[in-house]
This record gives sequence, C-alpha cells and structure tokens, in this order.
Amino acid sequence: MGSPVIEVKQLHTSFMTDDGEIPVVSGIDFHVNPGEVLGIVGESGCGKSVTSLSVMGLVPSPNGRVKGEILFKGENLASASEKRMRQIRGNEIAMIFQEPMTSLNPVFTIGEQLTESLRIHRKWNKKQAMARAVEMLKLVGLPRAEELVKEYPHQLSGGMRQRVMIAMAMICDPTLLIADEPTTALDVTIQAQILELMKKLNKETDTAIMMITHDLGVVAEMCERIVVMYAGKIVEEGDVKTIFQNPKHPYTVGLIQSVPDMREKKERLYSIPGNVPKPGSIQQGCHFAPRCAHAMAQCLEETPALKSFDNGQQVRCWLYEDGKGAAANDTAIG
Amino acid sequence: MTQPLVKVENLKKHFPIKGGLLGKQVGAVKAVDGVSFFINKGETLGLVGESGCGKSTTGRMLLRLLEPSDGKIYFEGQDITELSTGEMRKMRREMQMVFQDPFASLNPRHTVEKILEEPLIVHGVKDKAERKRRVKELLEVVGLNSWHAKRYPHQFSGGQRQRIGIARALAVNPKLIIADEPVSALDVSIQSQVLNLLQDLQKEFDLTYLFIAHDLGVVRHISDRVGVMYLGNIVELADSEELYDEPMHPYTQALLSAVPIPDVEHKKDRVILQGDVPSPSNPPKGCPFHTRCPQAFDTCATVKPVLQEAKPGHYVACHLYE
Ligand SMILES: Nc1ncnc2c1ncn2[C@@H]1O[C@H](COP(=O)(O)OP(=O)(O)OP(=O)(O)O)[C@@H](O)[C@H]1O
Ligand SMILES: Nc1ncnc2c1ncn2[C@@H]1O[C@H](COP(=O)(O)OP(=O)(O)OP(=O)(O)O)[C@@H](O)[C@H]1O
Ligand SMILES: [Mg+2]
Ligand SMILES: [Mg+2]
Repeated sequence: MGSPVIEVKQLHTSFMTDDGEIPVVSGIDFHVNPGEVLGIVGESGCGKSVTSLSVMGLVPSPNGRVKGEILFKGENLASASEKRMRQIRGNEIAMIFQEPMTSLNPVFTIGEQLTESLRIHRKWNKKQAMARAVEMLKLVGLPRAEELVKEYPHQLSGGMRQRVMIAMAMICDPTLLIADEPTTALDVTIQAQILELMKKLNKETDTAIMMITHDLGVVAEMCERIVVMYAGKIVEEGDVKTIFQNPKHPYTVGLIQSVPDMREKKERLYSIPGNVPKPGSIQQGCHFAPRCAHAMAQCLEETPALKSFDNGQQVRCWLYEDGKGAAANDTAIG
Repeated sequence: MTQPLVKVENLKKHFPIKGGLLGKQVGAVKAVDGVSFFINKGETLGLVGESGCGKSTTGRMLLRLLEPSDGKIYFEGQDITELSTGEMRKMRREMQMVFQDPFASLNPRHTVEKILEEPLIVHGVKDKAERKRRVKELLEVVGLNSWHAKRYPHQFSGGQRQRIGIARALAVNPKLIIADEPVSALDVSIQSQVLNLLQDLQKEFDLTYLFIAHDLGVVRHISDRVGVMYLGNIVELADSEELYDEPMHPYTQALLSAVPIPDVEHKKDRVILQGDVPSPSNPPKGCPFHTRCPQAFDTCATVKPVLQEAKPGHYVACHLYE
C-alpha cells in the first residue's frame, strides 16, 4: 500500500471575527492512501470545506489561521511558500468545487481554461495541450469536444460544466483529487453519470480522492473509508462497511437512521433532537453532548479522545472508554 | 367514490419568450404542458422530477400564484380558474404554501409574531388578543416556544425557520398545503424533524398535501401516491409503494436506479442515461423522453403518448404499454 498520499495531523483552522477568534476545525487527523477514496461526511457548517481549503492552502487570509501539519508525500504544506503551493495546486493536488459556475472563469473559453495548467506546470505547447483537452472532454463523456473547447462556460448546462470541472481537475493526472460536494447541485440522473466517471478515473489513473459530501448514499457508493465530522472534530472513522453496519458514535448512529431509505417506507424517521451548535459555542466537553441521548455528566465536562478498535474503527465517545457503551446502537433508535 | 379535494385537468403554463427589437413573442417555455391529476382529502401526493421539469410551476398554479395558460383546477368541485381575484383571495384561506428557502420567504425585518399575525389579519381576524393567542398556539403546534415570538428570522436555525414557515401556512386553518421542497435546504438530522412534524400535523388536522421534492427517498417516505414529471408532463403516477417497487416508465426506472442508496450491501442495476434534459423552450416532438430513452422506437419520435391507466390506479404515458 505504501505511505499515505496525504496525512493531516492536528489541523486547527480558525477565523478572526468581530466576536473574536472562532475555531472551525479543532484538531483533526486523517490520511488518504494512494488510490483510495476517502469520504468526509457531516452536517452543514461542521468544517468540511474549511478542511479542504486548509489542505489546498486556500484559507482566506488575514482572518483565517491554519495550524498543524499537512504532509503531502512527506512535505509539510502548512509551511510551504505560496509559490510552492501554486506548483502543487491544479497539478499534483486538484480540487472540484461545489458550484461549477463560480469556479469557471466566464471570460475564457473552456479550452483556454482546460489547458492552462498543462501549459504552466508542464510547459506543453498550445497544440499539444489543446489535443489533450479535447481528449479529456471526451473521456468525461461530453459530446462535440472539438467545438466545446471554443465555447464559453455560460453556453453549457450545469451538468456539462461540472464535467468540465472534472476534466480540468484530472487533466494533470493529480495524485490527490479533493472533491467538495461535486454532485450536490446536480440532478440524480446527471449525478449518476458524474459518479460513474469519477469511479472510472479513480480506477484507471489510480488517483486518490477525498470526497466531501453530506449524502450518505454517495458515500456508500463511492468510498472505501469514511471520516465523520461533527462541529469541527472527527467523531468516528472506519471502513465504509463498518460505519454503515456498526456505527458506534451516537451522532453517526442518528445520522444513518435519519435518512429516509427509498427502498422501504418507515413509519417514522429517527430524528436527532436539537440543532448543530454554532462554531466556538461549545467550550468544553464532547461537542455532541447537548444533543446526545446518552450524555453523562462527564460528557459535558471533558472532551473524549479518539479510541481505536481492532478493526481500525475509531470513535470519540465516552461510552466506549470502558465498554459500557455497547448499547448506543440499540437505544438511539428511539 | 367521494369527490377529490383537488382535481386538475390538462393544466398548462407556457411562458412567452420575447425577442427582437419590438419585443414580439418569438417562442414559449413550455414549463407545464398538460398535466392532469387529483388529490384526495387527507392524502399526500408527491411530485418528483429533475430540475426545471415544472414541479414548482404546477404547485404555484394550483394557488393561482401563477395564472394557467390552459386547463382547469377544481377545489372541492369548484372550478377556481374562473374565480375573480377577490374570490380567489378568500379561497387561499383553504390552500397555503410552504417554500423551499425558509429564509428568503420570511421577512427579515418582522418578528415571528408579526409574520404569523399577517395571514390572520388578511383573513379577517380582527381581535388583537385573539391573534396573539393564535400565534402562541401555532408556535406550540410546530414545536417552538411562545418566547420565540419576539425574535427575528435570522435568530433561528434553518430547521426552526422552516417550522415558522409551516406555522405561517397553518395560521388560517387551510385544507390543502402545497409544500415546495420544504426540506431540501436542511441537513438530514433536521430534515427528519420537519418531515415528522408534517406527518403529525397531517394526522391532527386532516391536512392534504401536495409535496414537491427532488429527493426520491423523502418523497417515498411522506407520500401516499407519487407523480413523476419530465419536461412539463406527468409521465407516471401511482401508489407510492407500487411506483417505487414496480416503475413502468423508462424514465422512472432510470431515475430510481440513479439514486445512491445509503447501504453498502446494496447491489444496483443502474440505467445511466445519456445526455442532458432537453430545453422546455424546444421540447422534442413525440414523447418528451425519447431523446434519452434506452427503449425508444420509431413511434416515440413522432407521437406523444398520453397518460393512461395501465393497471388499476397506476398511470403511465409510454408507448411500450399501449
Ligand atoms: N471566511 C470565513 N470566515 C468566518 N467563518 C467562516 C469562514 N469560512 C467558513 N466559516 C465558518 O466555518 C464553519 C465551517 O464551514 P464549512 O464551509 O467548512 O462547512 P461545511 O462543513 O463545508 O458545510 P456545508 O455542508 O454547508 O458546505 C461555518 O460555521 C462557517 O460559517
Ligand atoms: N417566470 C418564468 N418565466 C420563464 N420561464 C420560467 C418562469 N418560471 C419558470 N420558468 C421555466 O419553467 C421551467 C419549469 O420551472 P419550475 O420552476 O417549475 O421547475 P421545477 O421542476 O420546480 O425545478 P426545480 O427542481 O429546479 O425547482 C423551467 O425551465 C424554468 O426555467
Ligand atoms: Mg462545504
Ligand atoms: Mg422548483
């Protein structure tokens, strides 16, 4: 398997606001192995996008602060210069953003945008690069590739633009692809096309993928391993099968049970009471404790550490410190 | 058979496309192109389909927030397309709408109390104390507290704001609620709270819902029957169990097979459709789906199939079943 493509250690990202410094990502650790698809799930505002921006060195300054280590093939990107980051971005690490329209430049043609990284990073000439761009557009299933390279983003539908984004991200054969909700804005039949394509590219080029999404269906379909985030922390991690079939953290259990399953009708959905806390509003204890049916006095006072199990599953919950918590699974089905 | 609460016949909405120097009409967006369905009292009819297929336009026409270009809408047997504006305003007491974006649909400068009082004033509740009492009651019904009344929308979370939107719709004791993507903007854990609330309210007040959404899991969960739309047409309509277990229309089959299932053991036989949804300003001749249909044959490109009852209660518009 070799060493991880990327290894993030104790990442802390915070923002300076009028209310002071707000921690958004509070000490997370994860890694992605070569050729692996890692899913990062969690509710809106839990810090998924900020995590990916931190890895890419794109956290807006001067308000954003990033601490910790981001080891990409052994090199710590957290202390890399902006010049070095520019060499890596779009070349060795590529990113697909959620909203394709905002990340394509309206005044350049599709071809100009697709070839930019090849010409800058690989110093290819225009003709070579254009030929590769056409080839990539065909690979992502776009018709009329030769004409499309001469067109502008507004002439394309949302699904087509998202495929262009994927072509652009994959054109330099990145070692790591960060996909932040790559299909959330798309219809299901188009989403199915795009996911199929990403799977194919992952298999064929062995690109490692960090897949950020809130859709558990997408995760079940695409990922080998999952990291579950809640309010800036990782609460659970494991291979996809374990997490779906034997989730341990009460948040993960609740999350999985909240999703209506299209295949069968449940009388009533499980719902986690309460709301996601505002970043920085929980000063001590487990971030999920205020919504947790199993919360004990200890949970409100001390932050639990990530505990590892033999099967590689990791969970951050006091219930599992001394074995008394095996029950979380059954009783959350309230 | 008792009379349905709502009955829609051949409903159409064509938005004109203006062009040229004189702003003459040069074409039309056929947003809704002849849909027919009914909703029984106390049931939930789900409406699904991909972006732009005409779900919201259909919902808005039922309330005549948009004027239909053609077709009839009967509410308790009465043709409401014939009503004058004044008569229609009274009628809206019976039919209310819950919108997708709970934030955009609530006036940010008004307190929750004011937001909830407004429909009461419009519908003639003159006594101030009576209104206050009703606001308090409504907040409790949707699981908020009376002290929330003095707050502004931005002080609430997304799920709470959607509860306020629901409370506002309930204020005048409607019979029909048209919910247009009411949980699409919410996180799953909050989404299930709102879905449960809608179900509880339906039981308690014998409400009838038209539930519009693109999430097929959500629609199955909440609906008794489901209609599938494609390019301004209903292509299939059946009991929800039946539709999900035995879809007949090739589009419904592709749509259902495209949904990622949150279960790692699930084996799928996926129909991946080619190409994009055609534009409703230039819909294909014949069957609107034939350009992407894996089973299309000659007739499909020329003759538009009509919605027919293929099995009892199961309607489909497809030449394969004629
Ligand atoms: N530039 C910024 N300044 C201040 N706060 C920010 C900034 N960017 C993000 N945040 C805050 O950080 C938190 C995490 O945001 P992030 O975008 O990572 O969430 P997410 O998990 O990606 O959510 P979603 O699923 O909605 O995309 C949010 O509360 C957000 O408001
Ligand atoms: N006021 C309008 N003028 C012109 N075209 C319109 C107008 N309103 C809607 N349309 C068009 O009508 C079609 C149907 O729109 P509608 O909003 O009903 O779709 P929808 O099924 O609700 O989609 P979504 O899932 O994206 O909400 C779309 O092509 C839309 O662009
Ligand atoms: Mg995000
Ligand atoms: Mg809509």
